[in-house]
Amino acid sequence: MTEFLQLTVSGLGKGAVYALLALGFVIIFKATDVVNFAHGSLVLLGGYVVIATKDILGYAGAAAVGIAAAGLGALLVERLLISQSKLADPISLVLLTIGVDVIITEEIIRRLGVTAPFLGGPLEGAPLRLGNIVVFRPQLIALIVGVVLITAFFLAFRYTGWGVAMRAQAENREATALMGIRSSWVTGSAWLVAGLLAGVAVLFIATQDFSGAGLGRGTHAIALAAFPAAIIGGLDSTGGAVLGGVIVGLTEAYTAGYISFDFSESAIYLVMLLVLVARPVGLFGTRELSRV
Amino acid sequence: MGVSCGCVERHDHAVLTVTDLTVRYGRAVHALQGVSLEVPDGAVVAVLGGNGAGKSTLLRAISGTLRLHRGTIDAGEITLQGRRIDQLDPATIVRSGVVQVPEGRQVFAQMTVADNLRAGGLAAAPERRAPARERVLDLFPVLAQRRGQRAGLLSGGEQQMLSIGRALMSDPKLLLLDEPSLGLAPRLVTRIGEIVAEINDQGTAVVLVEQNATMALRVAGHAAVLEVGRVALAGTTEQFADSDEIARLYLGGHAESEEQARVEADRAATSRRTLSRWSG
Ligand SMILES: Nc1ncnc2c1ncn2[C@@H]1O[C@H](COP(=O)(O)OP(=O)(O)O)[C@@H](O)[C@H]1O
Ligand SMILES: [Mg+2]
Repeated sequence: MTEFLQLTVSGLGKGAVYALLALGFVIIFKATDVVNFAHGSLVLLGGYVVIATKDILGYAGAAAVGIAAAGLGALLVERLLISQSKLADPISLVLLTIGVDVIITEEIIRRLGVTAPFLGGPLEGAPLRLGNIVVFRPQLIALIVGVVLITAFFLAFRYTGWGVAMRAQAENREATALMGIRSSWVTGSAWLVAGLLAGVAVLFIATQDFSGAGLGRGTHAIALAAFPAAIIGGLDSTGGAVLGGVIVGLTEAYTAGYISFDFSESAIYLVMLLVLVARPVGLFGTRELSRV
Repeated sequence: MGVSCGCVERHDHAVLTVTDLTVRYGRAVHALQGVSLEVPDGAVVAVLGGNGAGKSTLLRAISGTLRLHRGTIDAGEITLQGRRIDQLDPATIVRSGVVQVPEGRQVFAQMTVADNLRAGGLAAAPERRAPARERVLDLFPVLAQRRGQRAGLLSGGEQQMLSIGRALMSDPKLLLLDEPSLGLAPRLVTRIGEIVAEINDQGTAVVLVEQNATMALRVAGHAAVLEVGRVALAGTTEQFADSDEIARLYLGGHAESEEQARVEADRAATSRRTLSRWSG
């Protein structure tokens, strides 16, 4: 029972991180109709800026700058590349994001050399005790931060003018333009927010106790698990992204705990396949990937 | 108006002037050719014509949304109170006071009625939102009752009212309506006509695109008929009503039976080619 609770809390913590990333995927998809395969590289970009500025700014300052850099990076991808090819078909836009992903990722890995550093800060350190269960810091703090950010996101999405504009544009681009809402403002803000969330996520991912993978290909691979999370929930459903993130996090924690660590990654994709076979649009989605 | 010869008689008090507008889609489809139209201050102008005549294209050109349909303006100009707007983007055009209600209502079906209205007001200055909202809920009390409901669950008539209400949320000077009566029961068509008149009474000029000429001419002071991308006729609605030929050809609604309607339609089709150009 203790082990189950421990795996559950740890799975929820990982799930919160996947949910932040999947939420980014989903809002980009809703606003731009683009499946953003460059998301992993935005995660790395945020992490890289943290590493590069940590000695000068201290951890907190570096974390803030890293988050901002990931957001700005996403905004630049949208402004310079996606919005310039508005009329291109979705397949070529996907290829474009893959190209961006490779370029940013490889450049960062080249700069880091052979090291895959951990970001450190207060997220590293002795595990925390909750009653009689022991939880690694990044997972527990990710759970708390994730709940706060996801709640804030949904409140904004539901109640602010920005949220109304986002939802309107996701439903009907022309009608939204006819309301005088600038579509470039909506798409730009979607990419910015998605990038900021990726910048937050990397603070947790690139730590010793989250995955053991430092900043590098390992982090990138973990960030990619947000993709099955978004697919499971439904690519155009924000609520689905959160649920998908939690499902992926728990699947990973339980399989790693009860079966084997090496099986946990395949388990995520196995769940994705099962969901896709049963429900091609994902649990809460309305649009199939093939009809993107 | 007197625009049937393509030479525009300029009025000093026009809110909108369209001059010799030529629009195409892609390379080959010429949807409008040399269309001119004038909307006097505070007027309701009906734009009539069959399917494919170019009515929606004209509204898209005015609202700046042609590009979303891969259409381009090849020639001509559109001015709003003397200022050219044909190069502006839709957001700027809405901010300068022109709002289009698209064909087929296009409400945000997944969003609540209240959020649909909110979307309509996002471009307006914050202090103008509350009065605009009040006006809309006065015009359409049903929207207040349904405010928490998803727009997709409303009836066709209610969706049309929401679509018009949403457009009024930015408090426009000029409202462009694209076939608001399409698919509605006769009673509702009459109601839409009354609503347009009421909106106009409150000081908003209206371009009313309709295939239902009877309703449109009851509300409008001026009318133009589009035929395959050109203005075939234009004038005041009295002139339209006085002309038997026009009544027979365009106004419809006089047939007492389906049989008679078919006979009249045949006759209209054969005489259309020989219709003498008529200038108001
Ligand atoms: N997006 C488009 N692409 C190509 N042709 C179009 C498009 N929209 C309309 N057309 C063509 O332009 C002409 C005018 O269409 P439209 O303005 O929709 O007419 P109406 O609103 O009077 O029915 C028609 O021949 C129509 O087929
Ligand atoms: Mg039309």
